[in-house]
Amino acid sequence: MKGKIDNNRAWLLVLPVLALVMFSAVIPLMTVVNYAFNDTFGNNQFFWNGWGWFEEMLQSERLHAALGRQLLFTGIILLIEIPLGIVVALNMPKKGFWASLCLILMALPLLIPFNVVGTIWQIFSRVDIGLLGRAMAALGIDYNYTSDPLDAWVTLIIMDVWHWTSLVALLCYAGLQSIPGAYYQAARIDQSSRWNVFRYIELPKLSGVLSIAILLRFIDSFMIYTEPFVVTGGGPGNATTFLSIDLVKMAIGQFDLGPAAAFSLMYFLVILLISWVFYTVMVARDGEGEP
Amino acid sequence: MTNPHIRVLVMSLYLLFLMVPIYWLLAMSFKTNTEIVAGFTLFPRDFTLQNYVTILTDPSWYMGYVNSLIYVVMNTVISITVALPAAYAFSRYRFMGDKHLFFWLLSNRMAPPAVFALPFFQLYSSVGLFDTHIAVALAHCLFNVPLAVWILEGFMRGVPREIDETAYVDGYSFGRFFITIFAPLIASGIGVAAFFCFMFSWVELLLSRTLTAVDAKSIAATMTRTVSASGMDWGVLTAAGVLTIIPGAIVIYFVRNYIAKGFALGRV
Amino acid sequence: MAQITLANIAHSYAPAASPSDLALKELNHTWQDGGAYALLGPSGCGKTTLLNIISGLITPSRGRVLFGDQDVTDIPTEQRNIAQVFQFPVVYDTMTVFENLAFPLRNRGGRRAEIRARVELVARMIGLDDLLHRRARGLNPDIKQKISLGRGMVRESVNAILFDEPLTVIDPHMKWELRTQLKSLHREFGHTMIYVTHDQTEALTFADKVVMLHQGQVVQIGSPEALFERPEHSFVGHFIGSPGMNFIDARVAGRSAFIAGCEIALAQDYGIPSGHTQLGIRPEYIRLTDGDGLPAEIKGIEDVGHRRIVRAGVAGFDLNVVLPGGGGGELPGARLHFPPEHIGIYQDQWRIEGQSP
Repeated sequence: MKGKIDNNRAWLLVLPVLALVMFSAVIPLMTVVNYAFNDTFGNNQFFWNGWGWFEEMLQSERLHAALGRQLLFTGIILLIEIPLGIVVALNMPKKGFWASLCLILMALPLLIPFNVVGTIWQIFSRVDIGLLGRAMAALGIDYNYTSDPLDAWVTLIIMDVWHWTSLVALLCYAGLQSIPGAYYQAARIDQSSRWNVFRYIELPKLSGVLSIAILLRFIDSFMIYTEPFVVTGGGPGNATTFLSIDLVKMAIGQFDLGPAAAFSLMYFLVILLISWVFYTVMVARDGEGEP
Repeated sequence: MTNPHIRVLVMSLYLLFLMVPIYWLLAMSFKTNTEIVAGFTLFPRDFTLQNYVTILTDPSWYMGYVNSLIYVVMNTVISITVALPAAYAFSRYRFMGDKHLFFWLLSNRMAPPAVFALPFFQLYSSVGLFDTHIAVALAHCLFNVPLAVWILEGFMRGVPREIDETAYVDGYSFGRFFITIFAPLIASGIGVAAFFCFMFSWVELLLSRTLTAVDAKSIAATMTRTVSASGMDWGVLTAAGVLTIIPGAIVIYFVRNYIAKGFALGRV
Repeated sequence: MAQITLANIAHSYAPAASPSDLALKELNHTWQDGGAYALLGPSGCGKTTLLNIISGLITPSRGRVLFGDQDVTDIPTEQRNIAQVFQFPVVYDTMTVFENLAFPLRNRGGRRAEIRARVELVARMIGLDDLLHRRARGLNPDIKQKISLGRGMVRESVNAILFDEPLTVIDPHMKWELRTQLKSLHREFGHTMIYVTHDQTEALTFADKVVMLHQGQVVQIGSPEALFERPEHSFVGHFIGSPGMNFIDARVAGRSAFIAGCEIALAQDYGIPSGHTQLGIRPEYIRLTDGDGLPAEIKGIEDVGHRRIVRAGVAGFDLNVVLPGGGGGELPGARLHFPPEHIGIYQDQWRIEGQSP
């Protein structure tokens, strides 16, 4: 296909989006910036606080702990969801009724409102009324996610795997579908082992969609709020207080607007930075694919 | 090449894992509260539809669904409308700052809603939009517009540019070309983008809860508030949960053939 | 290496098919060991089906496939010891060129030094020795196609190398080079090669024997020369040559054919054939004359540089006549002379033979 045409009037086509995003992102963000650098005694009286809130937040034990929990959580779910998603995609039926059925059932968790996902796992895991909780008790395993931090973590991780592995699997499935049959035939002729087919044919072809999957899962798990909020409320104690939960507690619960705003900006910047790295790599790959 | 028995086993286990919690939600919604709390049953023993009746007859419940659907549809329409020309620009032209602009748009998809919750609250309160459907619809544009632009751009890139050129040579105006020729060509892309806007707007809780109070209160917010207000009415809560799954299931059924490609954002 | 025998092969993609549904009609053929064959025919004629039956991707509905004496009909692709080059380059993008070429050998557990020697030999033959340590991703399509060709050649014992329209994505000027290279590789290594194509030039320059397929049926197997000189079926006549063979309805009696009342002498005695009889002659062999011949209406002349193509109308049929040499100049005449030794007689589209004197 031919390259793109230089045309600065294309800006006109982008204007509506720009206007909308200005309103729904830039103005609110300005408010955040305002809070982050100022202090207030209320009644809209602000005075300059410079980097004060940022310094305070950077040294805050509470933030460090939340960030640590967040990184651990994101790391664990990526380590489970990405390989599991690939395995599921490799085993999905390729076409016909069963393929449609699998697609529909797998997409189902993705369309359940986040708080309902929380509710589902809450009622599923509770010791008194939940199937999982009762089953654990019947097996003689001491399990109670409301009082034991480890159980709470395990519950949240399984919930996230339940909720989002299908996204990874569907992405990989789409990637696998686009591999021409000739590759598999060539591999058979070359007497390639199943592992080598995966390693040299499927994995390279999947790298594009996998980077999208990792990016999306990274961003979304880093921003996770609703599901742990519903299931554990950040507890027991602060055991499952991730960044967003901590932020909302700080901003809306305690109305510490200055620190919360500084926290917000740093939070956003970290996500942005990591996403930018991913994006650059992806664009570089896109360019490589074109002759 | 993989052993078919292993395939079936892996998929069965995985689908079982996905379905069991949903089954539990469904089963509970047909139980009475007494049965839920007092006895542990795998199947509803005293099968009841009372929980659903409660929701469908109580305006404070069913208006939650109506409100949610209103702002979700508004959001989908707004997002697609503004994203279409922008995606066209990104897929066809090179212009000053295009790459930066594209990433900056995408970066909004990466913004934690928690960061925006409070500023949104203040912004919409100050312009008098607090507790309206349009407020939530606009707030959700924050992540849906970039996503729609991204998906549509991916689909549009797959349409050869010769088609545009031929149409212009034949004397089509941009608007007429876009609506009568181009839009039908990327119909599946528009469908997928609409699906995702619907989905992300439908599942989001934090912003919709922060920006509404009474008149535009979403079903998600209704559910969380009811839990804290009326103690644990598990039966009604689970029935409400089941009802939130239904719109999603219907939408999935219609786009099932595009789901896989759509989740890859048109980039396979 | 071994000869490949197709015994009573027929295939249908539908489970219970009537004979008209067969994607491939019954076929018996033996591919000689070390031969260079082309499977030629338009899209949808069944040539890919036939290739897939040999490679083992498809099990034929009927008949057996034999490699040498061994019946391989039910043996899967990976155990048939064949190689295949596909329509578009199939290479392992993340491997280097060397690893790509070594891959089939390593999977079969060859010794390191032997693999290295063999890969280097093959790479030299196909001109990839400078690129051995480059990653395959990002190389040109024709180089990638060379890699997949090389992957087919590295195994010495391979029964046959199958080519499925391998030059489709190659630039025109590279096509010629690759074709020449294939030819010399065939001479060098002596593999049995089966080359599927819809391009007559590719087929005729590559193969010793061309198998012509038409609607799932083999209509002729022969040398490029035989296909040109003595097409067994009017389809072969039309398909081979540019422009294709001329066919005119004619009444045949003994050693004469009659077109529009005009008698044309034949080289053989055909008796009185029944059915739809046609006279076929290549445009290259028709001579324009102002002496004896079939009166024709000249409809146009196309000058293509090294030769001229004259379009002539005779008794409601359009004929092409090829005159050697380009440029202008008067036509030698407006009557057509058909040399008897180049005339073929076709009965219901099949060539029939007469009695020689």
